[in-house]
Amino acid sequence: MTDAKVQARLPPEELINLVPDVWTRPFWEAAAEHRLVIPCCTACGTYRLPPSAFCWKCQAQDVEWVEHDGNGAVYSFTIVHHPVLPDLADSVPYVPAVVELPHTNGCRLIGALVDVELGDVKIGMPVELVWRDVREGTTVPTFRPRR
Amino acid sequence: MTLVDKAAVVGVGATPYYKRGRSLPQTPFEMAGKAMLAALDDAGLSVADVDGLALYSFGLGGDTSLFAQVMGIPEVRFTAMLTGGGGGAAGSVGLAAAAISSGMAECVVSLMTLQQAASRFGASFAPKGKPGAQYSAPPTPEGNFIQPAGLMGPGQMFAVLAQRHMHLYGTKREHFAEVAISTRENARRRETSIMRDELTLDDYFNARMIADPLCLFDFCLECDGAVAVVTVTAERARDLAHPPAYVRATAHGGHGRWGQAITWMGMPDDEYASSGHRPVAKRLWEMAGHGPEAVDVALIYDHFSPMVILQLEDYGFCGVGEGGEFVADGNIRWPGGSIPVNTHGGNLSEAYIIGMTHVKEAVEQMRGTAVNQVDDAAVALVTGGPASIPTSSVLLAREPVS
Repeated sequence: MTDAKVQARLPPEELINLVPDVWTRPFWEAAAEHRLVIPCCTACGTYRLPPSAFCWKCQAQDVEWVEHDGNGAVYSFTIVHHPVLPDLADSVPYVPAVVELPHTNGCRLIGALVDVELGDVKIGMPVELVWRDVREGTTVPTFRPRR
Repeated sequence: MTLVDKAAVVGVGATPYYKRGRSLPQTPFEMAGKAMLAALDDAGLSVADVDGLALYSFGLGGDTSLFAQVMGIPEVRFTAMLTGGGGGAAGSVGLAAAAISSGMAECVVSLMTLQQAASRFGASFAPKGKPGAQYSAPPTPEGNFIQPAGLMGPGQMFAVLAQRHMHLYGTKREHFAEVAISTRENARRRETSIMRDELTLDDYFNARMIADPLCLFDFCLECDGAVAVVTVTAERARDLAHPPAYVRATAHGGHGRWGQAITWMGMPDDEYASSGHRPVAKRLWEMAGHGPEAVDVALIYDHFSPMVILQLEDYGFCGVGEGGEFVADGNIRWPGGSIPVNTHGGNLSEAYIIGMTHVKEAVEQMRGTAVNQVDDAAVALVTGGPASIPTSSVLLAREPVS
C-alpha cells in the first residue's frame, strides 16, 4: 500500500463535544485530570463501558471507579480516508481503533491512534493511552503504539 | 400456535428510485402514498381495504395518523413500528403477519420511505451536519465514547467489524469484491437499477478507499424513494391478482448485549465479527421447520458488502468464518450459484431503500416474475440490516407448508 508510511492524523477538535450525564461525568472528570477510571459494579465486580445506570450482569447500580493504566491492545480498527463531512477534509487519514483493556472483563475503549504510520496498524498491537486535551474541561482518549 | 402460512404478501409497489436528493420536490410522505397506492393496485385492492400499518423506524416519512387521514383509510385497526436503526424492513412484514395471524387486522401495509436531500445516511453518526440535518447525531452521553475517535458514518463502523473478520478468518478484499460484482451483474439486467455499468475486479481495486478495508464499491448507494408491500390473510390472498407469497416464518430481535452494536463496539467477543443475526436466524429456522437448505434465493441486506458474507454465515449457508471462500466459489451468483443472492441488485447497485426492495424482489421471485428469476424458486429469505437490535428476517414461500 502506497500510503503505508503516511502518519495518522486526528479528527478535528470542534467536532468533539462532551455532554456527560450523571453516570458518565466521573469518567470525563477523571479524563480531564488524565486519569482513566472505569466503573466497576460493587455488587458483582463487573466492569462496564460506557458507564451506565445498571450493571448488565446483575442489574445493581452502585459502582466503584477503578483506575486503569490505559494499556491495552487493538481489537479492531479502520483507516478513514474519505471525509464524510466537509469539516473532516483536513483530518484524513485518521484511524479510529477499538482497544480492549485487560483486567476489565473485556471492556473496550474507542480512540483514534496517534504517532503511528498507517502501514503499522495491526489488530493485537499493544497500545497505550494518550490523553488529548481538546479544551478546558474536555479531554478524550487516544492511543499510540506501546514502546 | 405460530403465524406460519397465516398471511401472505399480495402486493408490491414502488416509486422510481432516485439518487440522493433527486426525488425533490416530492415530499417523503407523498412518495409513501404513491408506493402504497401502487402496491394496492398490484394486489387488486384499494385504500378501502387497508386496516393496518406495520412499519419500521424510518418507514413512513411522517406520522401514521396524518397518513391515515390524508390517504383516507376507512378504519385503522393496527399500527405498529419495529424499533431500531436499520434492521427492520423484513421485520415490518413479519409484524404485518403477526397482526393478521392474531386477528387484529386483515390488510396491512408495510412501507419504507427515504429522502436524503437535507442530509445523508453516510454521515448519520456525525455530530454536526447541515443546519436541520435529519440524520446527524447530536452528541449523547453514550456517543461521547465513540464520536471523538472519528467514527461518524455506518461504513466506517462496519469497516471495523470487517477488519476483525479478516483478522480472525482470513477473509479478503477479493471476497468483498465478489459480493459487489455479483450484485452489480444482477443490477445490470434491470431497468430500475441506478448502477448498470459493468464492475470489474480492476475497477474494484482501483476505486478509492473510503474506510479501510472498505472501498467505494463496498458501500451501498444513497437513494430516495419508497417501497410498499401489502400483506393479507392467506384465505383472502388466494383470490387476488397474483399468486400469494406466504409468510412462512419471521423473527426479529437479537442478543441484548449485541445492543447498539456498531455505535458502541462492546458486543460479546464470540459474535463481534458477525452480523448480529444468529439468534434471529435460529428462531426463523425453528419457526419454518427447515433450515437454509430449503431456500432458493436469498435477499440479504447489503449496506456494506462484507455484511452479506457475515449474514450468509449467520444464517447457516456456510460455516462461521467460511463466508469469504463461499462467495469466492461462485455460490451467490445468478444464475447457477447454489444460493443466488440479491438477484435485484441490492442496496449496492439497484437502489437503497433500507432493504424494502429486497422484500419486493422476494415476492416477485415467488410469483415467478422476477427479472433475474431463479428457476422454480419456492422459498425466499429476506434479511434486514445488520445493525443495532432488532435485526430481522422473513421467509416467503410459494406454497403453504401443509
